[in-house]
Amino acid sequence: MSILVIAEHDNEEIKASTNNVVTAATNLEGDIHVLVAGSNCSGAKDQAAKISGVAKVLVADSPEYEHCLAENIADLIVAISADYSYILSPATTNGKNYMPRVSALLDVAQISDITAIESSDTFERPIYAGNCIATVQNSDSKKVITVRTTAFDAAQNDGSAEVVDLQESHNLGISEFIKEEIAESDRPELTSADVIISGGRGMQNGDNFKILESVADKLGAAIGASRAAVDSGFVPNDYQVGQTGKIVAPNLYIAVGISGAIQHLAGMKDSKVIVAINKDEDAPIFQVADYGLVADLFTAVPELDAKL
Amino acid sequence: MKILVPIKRVVDYNVKVRPKADESGVDLNNVKMAINPFCEIAVEEAVRLKEGGTATEIIAVTVGSSASQEQLRTALALGADRAILVETDIEVEPLAIAKLLKGVVEKESPDLVILGKQAIDGDNNQTSQMLAALTGYAQATFASELKIEGEKALVTREVDGGLQTISVNLPCIVSTDLRLNEPRYASLPNIMKAKQKPLDVIEAGSLGVDIEPRNKTLKVSPPPVREAGIIVETVDDLVDKLKNEAKVIT
Repeated sequence: MSILVIAEHDNEEIKASTNNVVTAATNLEGDIHVLVAGSNCSGAKDQAAKISGVAKVLVADSPEYEHCLAENIADLIVAISADYSYILSPATTNGKNYMPRVSALLDVAQISDITAIESSDTFERPIYAGNCIATVQNSDSKKVITVRTTAFDAAQNDGSAEVVDLQESHNLGISEFIKEEIAESDRPELTSADVIISGGRGMQNGDNFKILESVADKLGAAIGASRAAVDSGFVPNDYQVGQTGKIVAPNLYIAVGISGAIQHLAGMKDSKVIVAINKDEDAPIFQVADYGLVADLFTAVPELDAKL
Repeated sequence: MKILVPIKRVVDYNVKVRPKADESGVDLNNVKMAINPFCEIAVEEAVRLKEGGTATEIIAVTVGSSASQEQLRTALALGADRAILVETDIEVEPLAIAKLLKGVVEKESPDLVILGKQAIDGDNNQTSQMLAALTGYAQATFASELKIEGEKALVTREVDGGLQTISVNLPCIVSTDLRLNEPRYASLPNIMKAKQKPLDVIEAGSLGVDIEPRNKTLKVSPPPVREAGIIVETVDDLVDKLKNEAKVIT
C-alpha cells in the first residue's frame, strides 16, 4: 500500500507546503505518490516530479479542477483512493476544505493538523488553540490526515519521479467558481517566510502598516497581523496569524503592537526567535518573546528601520 | 426558506485549558461553558437572513449531553425559532456528528445549513464538509459573505491568498469564518421568551447511525513551554542581540 499526498499548487507552481507534507509522509511506510489536480498545470506537475522522496506523480489536468472546488477534488481523490493506506494534505484552506469531504465519503475519521507521527496509526495534534497536545490513535483502515506544515521540514527538490496522467473526470456541477481576490505581493508568503513582522491593534490603522513594510523590505520578511488588526479592518484577512488564521514558524517573528492573546500565540509560538515591541510591559506577548522591547512602536519601529 | 443551524457547547474561549495531571484528558472541572464562537456567528447569519425576509424558519440543533440544552436556549434567545437536541453521552467525533446531522437534515429538509467552521475545543474543522459529503450537497466553507440569489448561494470565502467567491446550488452547507458578521447579544426579554420556545430531544440511537469513535486519545499533554527571554532597553540592544546572539539577521 502506498501514501497519497495531495499537492498544493496554483497550476504553475508547487507550494512549499507540499514539500512539508512529503517529509511527513516519509515517516510512514509505503511509496509516496503526489496528486496534482488542476487545469493547465504542467508547471506544477514538473515541479512535483522533482520533490525528493516522491515515487510517482499523478496528474489530473482538466478544467473542473482549476479552482480546487471541494466537490470535484474530493470525488477525484476518492476515485483513486483504493491503492492507498494514507491520504495526506497540508492543513491549508484548500486541504481543510476538501479533506473532510474525502473522509466522510470513505467513511473514515480525519486526523486534522498533525504535528508529529509516533507510529503507523498514532499521531500528535494540538487542541484547544495549542494549549494541549493530544496523542491520537486511529483505527480506520485508511487514514485521512491533514498536516501542520510548520511541524515538518520541507523536502528537497532533487528527485525525478515517474509521471502518470489520469483520465478522471469528476464534475458534480453543484458549485461554480466566480472570482478570486488574491493579493499580489513581491514579499514571501506568510506560511513559508523566514522572517515575519506582524502588527496588532497597537498599529491603530491600516496606513500605519507602512512603517512595517520598510522593515519587511530590509529583512525580506512577510507581513502578518493579529486577529484584532484584521477585525478592525487595518489589513485583509489573509494577513491573520493565529488559531483560526495561518500557523507560522519562521526563524524570526517580530510582533509589533500585539498584546499576545491565546489565539494569536497559537499561530506563532513555534517561531525560532520571537521579538515583541509593545508599550504595555504587562502584555502577555512578553512571556513568549526571546527579546522584548517596552517602547512606543511609532518611535521604535522607525528607529529599528534606520538601524538595519 | 428553512435554515438549520448546528451548534456546539464548548469551553468558553476566555478559559485557558490545561491537561489533567495524569495526562488522561483535558481538565474541564468547573470551567465555564459557552456556545462555540463560530456557531454564534452562524446563528447570527441565519437571524439576519430571517430579518431580511429571506428565511422563514430557523432551527438550532446540537449533538451532545442534556447540558447542551443551555446552548440551544442561547441560540433561541438570539433568534432561532425552535431547537433540537440529539442526545448522547458519548464523546462524538466530527464524522459521527455529521452522520447524526444528516439524519436531522433528512427529517427537516432545510434549504440551507449554516455552521461554524471549527469548534475551539478540538480545532478539527471537519463537520460541515463531512455533512456536505454525506448529504451530497455543495459546500461553501470559511464564509465571510453570504448572499442568497434564487436557487443559489453566492459565498465569499476566506482562503490562504485572500478571498474566493463561489456560487453553490441550494440546498447547501455553509461554514462561517470570523468576519461573516458580529453576533448580537441576547436581550433579557428574548432570553425570557427563549424559555417558551420548543426544544425537542431525540435519542442519538434513534437515528440508526454508527457513532462509535474511530480515534482513541492516548494522552493529552502540555505543549513545550517557551521560556520568556529578556527585556532589552534600546533598539540598539535589540539589533545587537538579533545579529550577534540569535544570529537571525545580518
